[in-house]
Amino acid sequence: MDFNTKFTPHTWPDHPEQATMEGKNKVVGFWIFLACEVVLFASLFATYLALKNKGPAGMEFTTQGLYELPLAFAMTMLLLTSSLTSVYAIHHMRNFNFKGMQTWFGITLLLGAGFLALEVYEFYHYTHLGFTFTQSAFATAFYSLVGTHGFHVSLGLVWISTLMIRNAKRGLNLYNAPKFFVAALYWHFIDVVWVFIFTVVYLMGVIG
Amino acid sequence: MSSYTQKKGFGATVWDYITTVDHKKLAVMYLLAGTLFFAIAGFEALLMRIQLMKPNNDFISAGFFNELLTMHGTTMLFLAATPLLFAFMNMLVPLQIGARDVAFPFLNSLGFWLFFLGAVFLHLSFFMGGAPDAGWTSYASLSLYSPGHGIDFYVLGLQISGAGTLISGLNFIVTIITMRAPGMTFMRMPLFTWTSMVSSSLILFAFPPLTIGLLMMLFDRMFGGNFFDHMMGGNTIIWEHLFWIFGHPEVYILVLPAFGLFSEIIPAFSRKRLFGYSSMVFATILIGFLGFMVWAHHMFTVGMGPTANAIFAVATMAIAVPTGMKVFNWILTIWGGSIKVTTPMLYALGFIPSFVAGGVTGVMQASAPLDYQLHDSYFIVAHFHYVIVGGIVTALFGSAHFYWPIFFNRMLNETLGKWTFWVFFIGFHLTFFLQHFLGLMGMPRRVFTYMDGQGWDQFNYISTVGAAMMGVGVIMMVINCLMSIKGKPAGRDPWGDGRTLEWSIPQPIPFYNFRQTPLVRGLDPWWIEKQEGNKEVTFAEPIGDIHMPNNSAIPFVISLGMFIAAFGALYNPDADKPWSIYVLIIGLAITFGAMITRSVKDDHGFHLHKEDILEIEEHLYGKGGNK
Amino acid sequence: MMKGLKKWRLFSLLAVMMVFLSGCGEDYLSTLKPSGEVGQQQLNLLLLTTVIMTLVVVVVSVIYLLAFVKYRRARVGENVIPKQVEGSHTLEVIWTVIPIILLLIIAVPVVTTTYKFADVAAMDEVDEEGNKTALTVNVTAKLYWWEFEYPNQGIVTAQELVVPTGEKVYFNLIAADVKHSFWIPAVGGKMDTNVENVNKFYLVFDKESQDLKDGVFYGKCAELCGPSHALMDFKVKTLSPDAFDAWVDAMKATEGQTADKASTDLGEATFANSCLGCHAISGSGAGGAPGPNLTTFGDRNRVAGFLEHNEESLKAWIKNPGEFKPGNLMMNAEGTAPIYGDLSDEEIEALATYIMGLSVEK
Repeated sequence: MDFNTKFTPHTWPDHPEQATMEGKNKVVGFWIFLACEVVLFASLFATYLALKNKGPAGMEFTTQGLYELPLAFAMTMLLLTSSLTSVYAIHHMRNFNFKGMQTWFGITLLLGAGFLALEVYEFYHYTHLGFTFTQSAFATAFYSLVGTHGFHVSLGLVWISTLMIRNAKRGLNLYNAPKFFVAALYWHFIDVVWVFIFTVVYLMGVIG
Repeated sequence: MSSYTQKKGFGATVWDYITTVDHKKLAVMYLLAGTLFFAIAGFEALLMRIQLMKPNNDFISAGFFNELLTMHGTTMLFLAATPLLFAFMNMLVPLQIGARDVAFPFLNSLGFWLFFLGAVFLHLSFFMGGAPDAGWTSYASLSLYSPGHGIDFYVLGLQISGAGTLISGLNFIVTIITMRAPGMTFMRMPLFTWTSMVSSSLILFAFPPLTIGLLMMLFDRMFGGNFFDHMMGGNTIIWEHLFWIFGHPEVYILVLPAFGLFSEIIPAFSRKRLFGYSSMVFATILIGFLGFMVWAHHMFTVGMGPTANAIFAVATMAIAVPTGMKVFNWILTIWGGSIKVTTPMLYALGFIPSFVAGGVTGVMQASAPLDYQLHDSYFIVAHFHYVIVGGIVTALFGSAHFYWPIFFNRMLNETLGKWTFWVFFIGFHLTFFLQHFLGLMGMPRRVFTYMDGQGWDQFNYISTVGAAMMGVGVIMMVINCLMSIKGKPAGRDPWGDGRTLEWSIPQPIPFYNFRQTPLVRGLDPWWIEKQEGNKEVTFAEPIGDIHMPNNSAIPFVISLGMFIAAFGALYNPDADKPWSIYVLIIGLAITFGAMITRSVKDDHGFHLHKEDILEIEEHLYGKGGNK
Repeated sequence: MMKGLKKWRLFSLLAVMMVFLSGCGEDYLSTLKPSGEVGQQQLNLLLLTTVIMTLVVVVVSVIYLLAFVKYRRARVGENVIPKQVEGSHTLEVIWTVIPIILLLIIAVPVVTTTYKFADVAAMDEVDEEGNKTALTVNVTAKLYWWEFEYPNQGIVTAQELVVPTGEKVYFNLIAADVKHSFWIPAVGGKMDTNVENVNKFYLVFDKESQDLKDGVFYGKCAELCGPSHALMDFKVKTLSPDAFDAWVDAMKATEGQTADKASTDLGEATFANSCLGCHAISGSGAGGAPGPNLTTFGDRNRVAGFLEHNEESLKAWIKNPGEFKPGNLMMNAEGTAPIYGDLSDEEIEALATYIMGLSVEK
């Protein structure tokens, strides 16, 4: 099938993201890329666990004293919801409902931005307590792990909004459908990583 | 559409190579770049051997020696062996599976330019205040202590070229999964394609830990991070783990494609299918898997405790089993065959005993308590050079001879090739065999000099003589390559014993590889067709439109932006260089600008129609040629 | 082709002969001539693995040469198409099982020895009076020199380790700046000195070192640690238990020994002015000094761990230590001049005589 073929909801394929060779490659390649990202985050998690609560002699910061679970919980809820809304967006993409897709991706973006804002607040708060990046090995590891995730979130926001703006006028076709699909896949991945951060860093930090 | 057949001027050719997404042209570029860095790193090795020729030598200063040993190791592994193997992977994998290009031609080009500019960046350190000097392993306490910008060049250069390697690895996997011709099932794939796929998967899982390790070092050195500062709660052993979680699979990343290359050469010149194909595939996957379980055998003396040491010792020994399977399968392929001793076959035959010798010393070092003596001595230097030179370099040289006609439609000179082999092979054993004994006699590795009266003088002298012979061998090889420019066109299947699809394509190979996608009817499809007396492979489709990707300059621009940004990042911590932040911003702006251009601009590729194809083929093969 | 093979055989013969001719290295340095239980067991493992591995290499090479000789195209005929054999399950099983058996034969002693070498429980054993029974040495590796502290004896020395023969000597290993590795090849395998944690292991010294060529075993730093890594040598003097006790007493007797700025001996006065800040000359006490303890300097075997032990090299060293050990911390940060400034020739002369005179054995 050609990239520029005009579709109606009737002729639109069930899996538009895999209808072309390029689309198929993109999806397979992206799954493999995500496997690679898993190893990347695993390395960061391992380092964080090794350096948790480690600092110069007499450091007063610990995971128990520092983290605030309600805030982290609110962030988790925002990101989880945004993952759900991106599922709706892809659902509409598969049904050739461009408006619906754009709307739900828009909501995803808003939720993601909300998450990012809370994270920025959290970092700001910690640095004001004296828990700066250079304060201890614990701080360096914390900011690197959570910050790398935050960086991924902001990248996802830029990516999805670029896609939405670029395709706003021309609607769905087989050229951009895989792009939307892959961006949504990426967004889910970010969400899964956050679930692990919430568990390993915050829950196990405060309770464990 | 005569634009396909026009002769191009020099500028246009350069532009063509900068923007190309053709896997064959990128393969040639990898080959040239890899050879360049191989020559540089080889020269560094010669300088070090001259310094060690006699005790108390002062040919090279202590600090510069450390720079040389660091750059020799880093360059050989990341910037010579990897791209040279990528050259073969790029050239052969699509041809062997019957594809017209890789899955992501654009990323293929991006991977090359990131690798190349990262490598250039790293080498500029020699002219900009000193190269990295903490060894290719760059252990954290020493690399944080090291003054100047050497280590920063290492960190940023490897980060950039590592990203390129990662991208290429991903590309190969997807290509092999999705782009196989009809009938090319997984268990009919040539073994080189198999090893390329397993090796690419290793890249995928091994490079991220390195990326993170380098990122941490970057944070520590430039932004006051504390990952490796034990006064601030950090821990340098984390670097060692991350580095070796990458570093050990890296050995298999390099050696598996080398195994694959020999698994092509040996059946071809034995005129016999590979013995135990399915167990070879199984062994490849097993080696790849076990390769991730054994990294800590590089750290037996670090003090991990007896349980960890014992586990990693036994796990490491286990790798000998699948490797042994491979060796015996190669020998049984020769057994009962019809062996033609060509230059590539000579390399394959020299490879088997040399690599086995390197492998068995590996088992010796896997014995943890014995490794306490062998670790960081010249024994280990001998061991890994037996594996890398005896395993990988022989594979590269042998396959250069074997596949030269696929790359350039020319043959290399066989007589000179055989001479080269003997000079290089004897030089290699002369250099490294005695180093086992130097290690056992108490000589630590990475020493810039040694006192006399320790019983090491004679062996070191012989070792240097051997190194000089290896140098001569490499020069002979390069001369042979240059001479081939004047040679006659080689034509299709010039060895006469080709078995796989790449030999079935008429020479020179058109840029779309296959006019019609082939139909694969079994392992070694070209051999099958030849045995049935066919002059062509069976096709899976009639002549029709071919969809090809567009060239693009964006990969080069993205990489260039990173290259520029790296200078900004490098000098950013220096108080006297306020301009560095602007360099960083400009570089990143170029990169992101190019990326956004890429995503906003549609790139649908183009279609070649039947009449274009016929015109191109008439131009390549003459009127009525190659029906 | 065959000519080439012959050449290769001749060459390997030559190589083997050369190895025999030069023996197994020097008995004060070679892992092949161990003087202690640890080194001996490591050598036994080396021999075991070498025998098995040589067997493997020989078997592979014989089959392979046989195949190679029998099946060359010149012999089997140009147009012969060999049978396309797919594989053999029996053979696959054979060459999977045999290596596994061989590896198990190696693995058993490997695992038991690994645990044995790591057993340092005896370090903390005490006798009835609460004194530690085992001899422990705290080794601190610093940029290009070694400090040896004997915590139970309350003494400290540097660059030359002194230990008794015939008993397990336990080591606590740490690095003060960057990572190094502690290795006495002729006595036993190495262990890294990390910056963040103490590593523990033991060695046994069988032979008194006075019969060796230099009267000492050679010790090496095995981990790249900077420009002068190659020069970070130390020496090991092994004494009979009685002689060792006498040495410990002599070291303890130097308690409070110091140099006087007002001394009439120019050497002592210069030492007090320029050196005493970093270098102690009393062997009693604990480690942690910025420079090597010089109490036993006159008894040592080398200047700076590797230069000949005479006043000439000592004077040259004092004049410009950076020339001999680049990057060492006796130089200022730029590496241009010693941190103690320029001394006159006369002062250096006197200083060398004075330092050479520091001894507990004479």
